[in-house]
Amino acid sequence: MIQTMLAISVVLFAITIAIAVIRLIIGPSMPDRVIAMDVIGVNLLATIGVVSIIYGTKAYLEVILILGILSFISTIAFSKYIERGVIVERKRDR
Amino acid sequence: MNENEIGEFIAALLILSGSIFSVISVFGIIRLPDVYTRSHAATKSSTLSVLLTLIGVFLYFLFHDHFVSVRVLLGIVFVFLTAPVAGHLIIRAAYRSKVGLADISVEDELYEVIHGNQDTKIEEKAKNEAEHS
Repeated sequence: MIQTMLAISVVLFAITIAIAVIRLIIGPSMPDRVIAMDVIGVNLLATIGVVSIIYGTKAYLEVILILGILSFISTIAFSKYIERGVIVERKRDR
Repeated sequence: MNENEIGEFIAALLILSGSIFSVISVFGIIRLPDVYTRSHAATKSSTLSVLLTLIGVFLYFLFHDHFVSVRVLLGIVFVFLTAPVAGHLIIRAAYRSKVGLADISVEDELYEVIHGNQDTKIEEKAKNEAEHS
């Protein structure tokens, strides 16, 4: 029963990621693609949690934290790039 | 059913409802007309689905192995804090780089505040030149 519910939820997350990949390809503007990438990263994080239950191991739980941090940092970097044209701003020499 | 099986069932129910919310939110991402409404679907309901799923994972390991996973708790807090911030920043960048609204949008009051009306900008420039000369 529980295994069936977990398998169904993994399939639903896979459908989610597939549709987000479609938006990543056809997205008309750059922020559309960044939003789709953010959705893919966050749903991948949830999928890894469910997969770690199915395999019965606790070894994948660090991956959740690391993927969350990486997804956030990459979204921030892309938004700064879209808004200003540079990622790392340096102060000018005086 | 003893108490551990009941807890595992509740955890699996949370995970299943989280995945259903995730599919609903991604239909919003593929169907809505412009980037602002799409970000509405992406940040709100996607955050809710991921939080439900991670709480389910935490409860499953709590009842099945009697293991309090601090890493999953940290992940829950981190996603809860950062997903709205990331959505706000990317939409701010989209508006400042002049991504257009959908065709059915009626009015955009913020445009003149941020980008400035074209006529008033020309008038201000002429006024400044007149003052300097």
